[in-house]
Amino acid sequence: MDVANWLISTVSRALAFGVPLLWGTLGEIYAERAGVVNLGVEGMMILGAFLAFSVTQSTGHPGFGLLCAALVGGIAALFHAFLTVTLRANQYVSGLALSMFGLGLAGLLGRGWEGKPLGNPLPSLSFPGLSQVPVLGPMLFQDQTILTYLGIVLAVLLWLLLFRTRWGVAIRSVGENPATADALGINVALVRYLCVIFGGLLAGIGGGYLSVAYRPSWTEGMTAGMGWIVIALTIFAAWDPLQAIWGAFFFGALYHLSYRLQAFLAPELLKLMPYLFAIVVLAISGLGGRRRRGRAPGALGLPYVRGER
Amino acid sequence: MVGSAQKGPAPTARPTLVSLRHITKRFPGVLANDQVDFEVRPGEVHALLGENGAGKTTLMNILYGLYRPDAGEIWVKGKKVEIRSPRDAITLGVGMVHQHFKLVLPHTVAENVALGLKGTPFFAPARAVAQRIRELSERYGLPVDPERRVWELSAGEQQRVEILKALIRGAEVLILDEPTSVLTPQEAQELFKVLLRMKEEGHGIIFISHKLDEVLSVADRITVMRRGKVVGTVSARETSKEELARMMVGREVVFRLTKAACKPGEEALLVQDLYARNDRGLLALKGVSFGICRGEILGIAGIAGNGQRELVEVLTGLRRAERGKVLLLGRDVTNRSPRFLSDLGCAHVPEERIRMGIVPGLSVEENLILKKHHRPPFCRWLFLEPRAIRAFAQRAVEEYAIMTPSLRTPAKLLSGGNIQRLILARELSGRPAVVVAAHPTYGLDVGATEQIRQLLLRQREEGAAVLLVSEDLEEIMELSDRIAVMFRGEIMGIVPAGEATLEELGLMMAGEKRVGAKG
Amino acid sequence: MRRLGPFLLEPRLSPPRSVVFGVSILAVVVALLAAAPVFLGYGLSPWQAYAKIGRGIFGSWPSFSEVLRRATPLILCGVGLTLAFRAQFWNIGAEGQLLAGAVAATGVALFLPVPEGLRLPLMFLFGFLAGAIWGLIPAFLRVKLGVNDVISTLMMNYVMGYIVEWLVHGPWKGPTMRGFAYTDAFPLSARLSYLPGTRVHWLTLFLGVVLAAAVAFLLARTRLGYEIRVVGQNPDAGRYAGINFAVVLSLVMIISGGLAGLAGVGEVAGIHWRLRSPAQVSMNYGYTAIIVAWLARGSPVASIFTALLFGLIFAAGDYMKTTLGLPFQITGVFNGLMLFFLIGFDILMFWRVRIAQREKVWTSQIGS
Repeated sequence: MDVANWLISTVSRALAFGVPLLWGTLGEIYAERAGVVNLGVEGMMILGAFLAFSVTQSTGHPGFGLLCAALVGGIAALFHAFLTVTLRANQYVSGLALSMFGLGLAGLLGRGWEGKPLGNPLPSLSFPGLSQVPVLGPMLFQDQTILTYLGIVLAVLLWLLLFRTRWGVAIRSVGENPATADALGINVALVRYLCVIFGGLLAGIGGGYLSVAYRPSWTEGMTAGMGWIVIALTIFAAWDPLQAIWGAFFFGALYHLSYRLQAFLAPELLKLMPYLFAIVVLAISGLGGRRRRGRAPGALGLPYVRGER
Repeated sequence: MVGSAQKGPAPTARPTLVSLRHITKRFPGVLANDQVDFEVRPGEVHALLGENGAGKTTLMNILYGLYRPDAGEIWVKGKKVEIRSPRDAITLGVGMVHQHFKLVLPHTVAENVALGLKGTPFFAPARAVAQRIRELSERYGLPVDPERRVWELSAGEQQRVEILKALIRGAEVLILDEPTSVLTPQEAQELFKVLLRMKEEGHGIIFISHKLDEVLSVADRITVMRRGKVVGTVSARETSKEELARMMVGREVVFRLTKAACKPGEEALLVQDLYARNDRGLLALKGVSFGICRGEILGIAGIAGNGQRELVEVLTGLRRAERGKVLLLGRDVTNRSPRFLSDLGCAHVPEERIRMGIVPGLSVEENLILKKHHRPPFCRWLFLEPRAIRAFAQRAVEEYAIMTPSLRTPAKLLSGGNIQRLILARELSGRPAVVVAAHPTYGLDVGATEQIRQLLLRQREEGAAVLLVSEDLEEIMELSDRIAVMFRGEIMGIVPAGEATLEELGLMMAGEKRVGAKG
Repeated sequence: MRRLGPFLLEPRLSPPRSVVFGVSILAVVVALLAAAPVFLGYGLSPWQAYAKIGRGIFGSWPSFSEVLRRATPLILCGVGLTLAFRAQFWNIGAEGQLLAGAVAATGVALFLPVPEGLRLPLMFLFGFLAGAIWGLIPAFLRVKLGVNDVISTLMMNYVMGYIVEWLVHGPWKGPTMRGFAYTDAFPLSARLSYLPGTRVHWLTLFLGVVLAAAVAFLLARTRLGYEIRVVGQNPDAGRYAGINFAVVLSLVMIISGGLAGLAGVGEVAGIHWRLRSPAQVSMNYGYTAIIVAWLARGSPVASIFTALLFGLIFAAGDYMKTTLGLPFQITGVFNGLMLFFLIGFDILMFWRVRIAQREKVWTSQIGS
């Protein structure tokens, strides 16, 4: 029965740890589908984590804290959108700047909040009937907050939006071939702004989840590179919201195992596993040939300038 | 071209659909449109004729809302309008088929049509438009499958999607920018029939072209532009090819280049049963064989996307051949590196001159030694030799008449014609044995075109074997000694240029094998 | 051309150097202004704070020498990054490459039985090699498997960070260090000497300046440099010209990673005399070097000066911490802001501003 228990808790914790990755990845998928890489996910997540924590601590409302986290992520993303879409700045550099800025600012503002446990974290949901189901109950329906399920539902909805609606056609076209979308009267800049900001909102919530639900506490640099994993996951998921679910929970499991396996390996070496795996996973998908994998959006990373010389 | 679409009665009595008045548009250093007037009436095909760079496309991009004019007025159906974006143009009933199609290749036909289309449902928009696509294809004779992905379609089919896109948006005026450049002569005839049907339904069509024959055969009226200005508007029935050419170029035009008789020497390039795949992994060359002798130009005709690009890339070492052999001066060079081939004397004038032929930010002199930078006299051991580079560049700029402010000017600041001269100066210096030239005059003005054709002929006279890939049939027929036609990765036949007729080449371009053809 | 109020904006393709310089200075100044609210938040007048910092740092040689000390690793990493960026390889991994150099140097310092006189040269050699290998892996992954360079180099930073953590907590933890996560202190023969009265390990600084000049020469006057510039500006033209991208990229990353590795050697042999936790060894030098290289616009020599600027910012951070009681994280905020403004203002360089409807052309440093 030990193995079963082990498996149950691993799955349950993988879900819990995968949540911030899932939210972040869903957001990044939308930004990149519209043609904008945002390497600022790490910065947006840490700002979200800080704001969610400080607001929740001050007001006692984790929901309000998460809302503020989403807003700060969105505002940070707005800067990125302005720089890359309006000013046509290099998307990589702008995103890196955003990450540096976010990490610095959250570290600066968060000094006074360091190390205090959160009085009123986001509660876990209870499913009186479902959680009693053997194996599956504790695996999937215990100790999860609403963000776990909301994230999965959101992924499905975002998939539908992207591939089955008019907006989705517009978003994908803007990312593939902005000149064409422009010629048909799609406002390329608007679509890109909205997608990047939406990505920021989700990244902010992903960060907020860490500090008001998963930990729940605030430490400087608590995202510990999750934002970069999100960038890798976006590629790994082939820019597909449904595949992001599996990817996020797979990496959630890796993070969890890096705590669970400490009996066998030094904790520092376990902690580097997710980062090493991110490289390995991308390398393996490279091995399979890029034909089989999803292709990156055609105009990813390129600023759009209307034909004006 | 040769066929003739019937012409309706000159529709002078009807009101104009679109009227452009005194349009002026300036780009840095260029007056692209200077006080241009242009109009189109319902039920007419009004051709806009001019050489590359005359300002035709700029004018139409203004009408379609992609550029804003610096001065001038646009009137649509008797009302003065302002067109700020393509969306405005579409609302006013103006549609445009760009020369380079504006399609999202990974998406389906239906998704491309649904993009930005008003009145489609929020959910499953593609399914909703598929039905309307089928109706319209039926009505105008534009067969296309709404479920297919656009990248799977041929250029002709993609053009149909573009036309359908405009029609479904209720375009009353349809702008077609160089529509026949991607079609076989026969496909062009099909397109003309579609235009006729649209004319009958009261659409106005603006037909942009630089080809005299097709303009004469399809248009009702013809407006000729030169250097941003309108030279004049004439009725197609009352003009002649010679008059149009004179208006277009501004002087009498000789339609034949003088060319010495071909004196073929030893075989410099031999290709045997070549197979290669394209970027998508599909077979793009299926058993191509031919040979070119020194002092000979072999023209490769065909619609773009039938393996020409892959052929050029295999010959220059940029793509792997799966099977078959390439012999350069009798030596097996199959799948050798680009540097090896270039060192052996295989010059390459690339198809996309800015994307591949130059390094935009490097100076003119540095661009002139690309490919030769690793060899003496430009490089000794590991170090560059600035003095040798400068001396070579100085000579090349003079000999090839490259107009550049200085040798240190970044190449990206040169005009298209000068960039091409730079590339030719680099490739043709050092007496190459084989010159592979892909679309060498594409998009250049008449002066530069003529000069570059002369340069290729001179190479031939100096004993180089020239492979000329071009979509411009006239160019192929003028320059080549023999013409090979490619279709779906195969050579349909090789004919001596003197015996080739447009019809025969057209049939081969459409996939009909020449019986008993042998190069 | 575009109209904006009374101004006409005219695009230009290649801005003159004076404009590039002017716009860069403007970005730095605006970033300083934008950081002002932080001081206000701590109840300080930003103007007085800047003045105080200026006086504090430029007031005496020992305090000014801190700028040089901080700039040393930034020069080495920054020069390496200019080279990588010239080849269009997004080496975000200087941080990890620096740490790799530090690890190798520590290994040589503590565990390799070599003659005393050879110890330092070998530390530099192995430090270079370790950084080079750590840089080569992402290059290989990109060329062979198409792995995105930004992600792989970033991930490699985390991997190396945790390896250092592991070493200092585990196998290399100094027996004499009790509770601290340090290695033992280096023997004297493995320590770099200082400029008198300072903590500037002059040998590393000297190496940085010399190598900056060497890399500049490499780019301008050698075949490899030419090929780097071709490949970086137009990879298709590089292929067309028969340049082997894999070889060029490998050489670039050997140099780029190697230089960062040297910076790591300098930090452990010059400052700490031991390996300790990664945040203490590096203080984000590898990330800051990205801004150093970006501000230098790909010029190795210019990155000496931009590195000095960021050395100044770091020294100011130290000063603010000790004298004004402000947290060091301010430097992170400031660095982010600086990078934002730098790229945001780039667009100014590509537009020439004229006043509409007048003969006279108005030009100025900014955005002219």
